[in-house]
Amino acid sequence: MNRINALFQKKKKDILSIYFTAGHPKLNQTAVIIKELEASGVDLIEVGMPFSDPVADGLVIQQSSAKALENGMTVNLLFEQLESIRKEVSIPLILMGYYNPIMQYGVERFIEKCSNIGIDGVIIPDLPLFEYKLHYKEIFDKHNIKCIFLVGPDTTDERVREIDNSSDSFIYVVSSSATTGIKTGFSDSQISYFARIAAFKLKNPILIGFGISDNSTYSKACEYANGAIIGSAFVKAVSADPNVHTSVTKFISAIKGK
Amino acid sequence: MKYQVDERGYYGNFGGAYIPELLFKNIETLKDNYLKIIESDSFQKEYKRLLQQYVGRPTPLYPAKRLSEKYNTNIFLKREDLTHTGAHKINNTIGQILIAKALGKTRIIAETGAGQHGVATATVCALMGMECVVYMGKIDVERQMPNVRKMQMLGAKVEPVISGSMTLKDATNEAIRDWINNAENTFYIIGSVVGPHPYPDMVARLQSVISEEIKVQLKELTGKDKPDYIIACVGGGSNAAGAYYHFVEDESVKLISVEAAGHGVDSGESAATTVLGKVGVIHSSKTLLMQTDDGQIIEPYSISAGLDYPGIGPFHAHLFETKRATVLNATDKEALTAAFMLTKLEGIIPALESSHALAALEKIKFQKDDVVVVSLSGRGDKDMETYLKYIDTYK
Ligand SMILES: Cc1ncc(COP(=O)(O)O)c(C=O)c1O
Repeated sequence: MNRINALFQKKKKDILSIYFTAGHPKLNQTAVIIKELEASGVDLIEVGMPFSDPVADGLVIQQSSAKALENGMTVNLLFEQLESIRKEVSIPLILMGYYNPIMQYGVERFIEKCSNIGIDGVIIPDLPLFEYKLHYKEIFDKHNIKCIFLVGPDTTDERVREIDNSSDSFIYVVSSSATTGIKTGFSDSQISYFARIAAFKLKNPILIGFGISDNSTYSKACEYANGAIIGSAFVKAVSADPNVHTSVTKFISAIKGK
Repeated sequence: MKYQVDERGYYGNFGGAYIPELLFKNIETLKDNYLKIIESDSFQKEYKRLLQQYVGRPTPLYPAKRLSEKYNTNIFLKREDLTHTGAHKINNTIGQILIAKALGKTRIIAETGAGQHGVATATVCALMGMECVVYMGKIDVERQMPNVRKMQMLGAKVEPVISGSMTLKDATNEAIRDWINNAENTFYIIGSVVGPHPYPDMVARLQSVISEEIKVQLKELTGKDKPDYIIACVGGGSNAAGAYYHFVEDESVKLISVEAAGHGVDSGESAATTVLGKVGVIHSSKTLLMQTDDGQIIEPYSISAGLDYPGIGPFHAHLFETKRATVLNATDKEALTAAFMLTKLEGIIPALESSHALAALEKIKFQKDDVVVVSLSGRGDKDMETYLKYIDTYK
């Protein structure tokens, strides 16, 4: 079974997913960060593939991407770094990146490579559902790689259902109509949006992401979803402290409030 | 209609809308409404009135006698340089702000490189009393200060962009990010035939007034229904799309698109996208773009800030792939030479962008009775500093 599905089968609540940009702050820490995250009790990891023009991202992830590229990160190098990751961790792994670098690598070749390495899912924020269904769904299915889609506050009910029907992993619920970034707290309208999505009783589990940065936003998100995704706040934490072990451990325990 | 956009938003293999989900509803609403709005009587009436009374259309189709003698053919200049704000960009911004109003939007954002589109957007925002934010790379802010000042005087807020290479592509990224964060009330006025569907088609339609006028004016001046050649520079490709629009399905009209070669296509400092680019996705559109093997977008170079863009609109990628258009390029030097030549022969100081189109006259063997239309997309006021720097070399 795909590790993402296995995770959601055994755990329904308080799932914590962490995003980091591969190649940031140092080029060769990808595997180390993954191992530390698993050891610290995270449930799911999104490995960001840096892109020169990340339009859906706020400043923190923009800067981490620029730094990673400057350090020399490429899709090829990332695959090399992850080549034997499955000998070391069993946590579900997702690659997250913009469409153009994947397109240049070749979508089919990319998905095959993911499957060989033991990657479980892919998030491509600028690949529309329509194009995915038309061109790529078969390829993803053939290799048992899950394609994860986002919904936002403006996504219509009908489209939420369509995305749910086209997904077989989880739905990424974007907390507000915004680029990624660190915000404090949720507004009433965000809470009622979370409630609206929760009330759909979708067939896929849901994780809330964007703007989650501390124990209070994490806990709040977990009230309305199966868990939450943290990106910018973690990226910021690892860039502030060069010791991966301490930065990861401190960050995760603060999020979990332990 | 081989060269029009299809239902899915593609020109052949190019186009589409590779947008994050957070923009889906906004783009969908625009897609469902832009044709209805553009074709409505109220839009047409107001758009045409403003083009005539405010922009100064129709712009002349000027038979350039001395230029024609030099090239031993019949050259006509479509004088977009004579519009209000000095470039074709305003045809588009007038149209888009009317669409924005029809959709109930209250805030306008735009990207700009040279500042021409920024000024054209700030102008229509002043005209309509709408809030306006223009994103502009920090490097461009520094090198196009007069246009920054104009935008500010017009009431726009100019946001210097410090991400990436701090030029046009990054300004566009930042405008897209603003749009994601303010999707509810904000309309993004894109400055060329680029971006997600329906922008390329919408902008082309709004610029199509250029070829609509060429058709009528050419008939009056020559008795002919169509030219043998249309020559235009291509940054994103909006002046070219406008100049080609009503002739594109007639294959007997030769379309010559001119890209900026910068210091030369092989110099590593160039913006000749069809030569140096590969198929990819930039600013939500599948098209030709300059990129590394790893799919990272490359910062182009041209002396002309308006042509300094790593992609071209999907319409132009399609014209190139199907060989409907011939794509040439001109270096900085060739463009400067052409600018000084036009100034001397006709008393017209062209924009640096338009000078690239003029430079192509050197590269084509015309017949004596050919009718050649060149899109003079803008005037050279904004480029005076550059021209003065080179005046002793080229005059
Ligand atoms: C005078 C002029 N011509 C041409 C261009 C290039 O744009 P496009 O290719 O969309 O016409 C610009 C862009 O700033 C411009 O200012």
